[in-house]
Amino acid sequence: MADVALAPSPAPDAPRTRSADLIARSLSRRRRAEVRFRAYGLAAVIAAIAFVVFLFWTILQSGLPAFFQAAMTVEVTLDPAVIDVGPRPVRADFPNEAAFAAADLAWQTALAGKNFGSLIERAVNAVLATPASSRDIRAIYASNERFRLRDMVAADPGLIGRTIPFTLVASADVDVWFKGNIDRSLPENQQQLTLAQQQITDAMIADGTMKSVFASWIFTNVDSRSSPATAGLAGAFMGSLFMMLVVIALSVPIGVAGAIYLEEFAPKNRITDLIEVNINNLAAVPSIVFGLLGAAVFINAMHLPLSAPIVGGLVLSLMTLPTIIIATRGVLRAVPPSIREAATGLGASRVQVVFHHVLPLVIPGILTATIIGVAQALGETAPLLLVGMSAFVANIPTGLFDQSTALPVQLFLWQGNENRNFFEPRTSAAIIVLLGLMILLNALAIFLRQRFQTRW
Amino acid sequence: MNLKTLGVAALALATTSTLAFAQARDTIQVAGSSTVLPFASIVAEEFGNAFPAFNTPVVGSGGTGGGFRQFCEGVGPNTIDIANASRPISAAEIATCNTNGVNQILEVQFGFDGIVFATSTSQGDFALTPLHVFKALAAQVPVDGVWVANPYTNWNQIDPALPDQAITLVIPASNHGTREVFQTRVIDAGCHEVGGAEAQCTTFRTDGRVVEISGDYTETLARLQSAPAAVGVFGLSFYEENRDTLKVASVSGIVPTLETVADGTYPVSRPLYFYVKGEHIGVIPGIAEFVTYFLSDEMAGPGGFLQDAGLIPEPDDVRAAALAGFEARTVVAPR
Repeated sequence: MADVALAPSPAPDAPRTRSADLIARSLSRRRRAEVRFRAYGLAAVIAAIAFVVFLFWTILQSGLPAFFQAAMTVEVTLDPAVIDVGPRPVRADFPNEAAFAAADLAWQTALAGKNFGSLIERAVNAVLATPASSRDIRAIYASNERFRLRDMVAADPGLIGRTIPFTLVASADVDVWFKGNIDRSLPENQQQLTLAQQQITDAMIADGTMKSVFASWIFTNVDSRSSPATAGLAGAFMGSLFMMLVVIALSVPIGVAGAIYLEEFAPKNRITDLIEVNINNLAAVPSIVFGLLGAAVFINAMHLPLSAPIVGGLVLSLMTLPTIIIATRGVLRAVPPSIREAATGLGASRVQVVFHHVLPLVIPGILTATIIGVAQALGETAPLLLVGMSAFVANIPTGLFDQSTALPVQLFLWQGNENRNFFEPRTSAAIIVLLGLMILLNALAIFLRQRFQTRW
Repeated sequence: MNLKTLGVAALALATTSTLAFAQARDTIQVAGSSTVLPFASIVAEEFGNAFPAFNTPVVGSGGTGGGFRQFCEGVGPNTIDIANASRPISAAEIATCNTNGVNQILEVQFGFDGIVFATSTSQGDFALTPLHVFKALAAQVPVDGVWVANPYTNWNQIDPALPDQAITLVIPASNHGTREVFQTRVIDAGCHEVGGAEAQCTTFRTDGRVVEISGDYTETLARLQSAPAAVGVFGLSFYEENRDTLKVASVSGIVPTLETVADGTYPVSRPLYFYVKGEHIGVIPGIAEFVTYFLSDEMAGPGGFLQDAGLIPEPDDVRAAALAGFEARTVVAPR
């Protein structure tokens, strides 16, 4: 507009027409600019949605088939000649708990030494037209299935001597062949299964022994290296759960208390300004830095155990604290002064004002901040690698000091597994589980906000 | 007040966390080489299943060097019990260990691993020699007796028998134990053949034709998928699991297989080890049983579980000797 005003004087006979012209022209230019801007915005949104759809589509397409795996149902005869180790000790026969525990352990050890693999071998051979070698049969089923059979017997020794239907999970290589994730036309020397093993598999598919079943063990089993087909997320899930408990137990009370003090009680001076700047900066520190700090302080200086959820949880708490403090201060600031003034006017002390009147109003906001902070911590990987949580752990952790891994780290480990044909889909399946949890947590946060939020 | 109870809970948690490190550990803790990791993990899992009296050992990675660093930190429940290694422990590492009170370092060699050159299956066949590889990646190479900056851009310029493909070599970075074997068995061998000096043997070209990978073999594989003409360096066991996408090169005329590596005719192989902290035997339950189980026929023996996973087993008498050395608590000597 300034250009118009400063333009050299036009010819005296046409000042009005000229400025009307200018306005008309600038009007259409401004309209065009607006249309362009809207188009850019719309294009940006569409591009973003297209990326998200593409991401989800690729992950779902590659991961969903991994939730179904090849398995074969065979009749296993629990031959007493092979596995009988006598009746399981009962508590009543022993004078004290220690003696009973020792006898029970001896019984379990004896059972563990029995050859359950040979029972499975017999059962598989029974459904084959021509008997196969032990080596070929071992290549067909997931090796941990023999321990599952053993655990069934340990839980119910009455099964010994009976013939039971048993659904054997097929090995990873068979599953890859079953799903066609490896090029079936490749010559034998480029295949994982030998020709004999391919024929056994194909025969089992043809007669209906081998079918695709829902892989519930992805949710109930721990990670496995010796039997990748039965590897699951249960250990990682429990590890993540314990870490989140630590995060909630530490960062919520400290974060909320810190935010209340800074917002409601602390004097406004240079020191509190400095603290505020530092908290904002902490929220922007890359998570790997917290990992390095955690390794130095909690493991090297405090001698906490490696790969334990307590250490992972402490590191993630440090990371979540600033998020919670900032969000809580935000919601506290949004409470109108009239509430505080009214309470003060009725004779409430400052502590009473905060804890009886302000805090109840902001609890939904704090809850939302906590859930979002926890969701962020749940997906964090880098700091956990530095405190040893990337170890291979085949136990479900039962406490904060047990070794464990975490969901995103499990993803990382599966991504690096050498059996690419089997673990690529498996990794996507784990991504789906993790994303599902994230969406659930965020949906919960939105629900709580909608349900309990107070508007002024 | 709700907040008060939460605060108390947090305080209690913090107190227990500082007290708990004093408690003993009952799970064997292993860390180290990522090449040994799959084998150690399999044994750990089978051990946990076969011996209900003991917990399943926990196996971490971190590379051979990282494993030794943790191993040599000292004696006590918050240090690891076993370090996996794809090379022998160095004299400097033994010295660090001794300074920190770790004196009983028991070495157990349990098998072999081959190192292979592999390309995408869509590419030409490679029959490499150490000299070919040296000429492909050194910064300076001899041409007509004079050392000049590496002029080669295609493999067939080095030797007309090699495919007409641009040179790109994807090799493990120096944090891997594999790198040391690659250096001594391939590069140094090729370099000494043409009379190269120490510096000429260890200086690689920097024009982007040599790519160093510090991650695991999946990263090397991803490089080969995005640049199909590249030649990658892998462990034999990794190649065995991905034969549908990888094609292996012969070295000095020998194709790497379980047999050629086991009998030593394939030149680029190395023994795999784990090191046991003698001070922890009897303190952390199950260590001696774990080592015995590791070396059993069922696991590391020919036809055992680990062979299925890609380990090249040692003959029975060598394993028996390793076990005898462990049982006699023979401490490793610096070399």
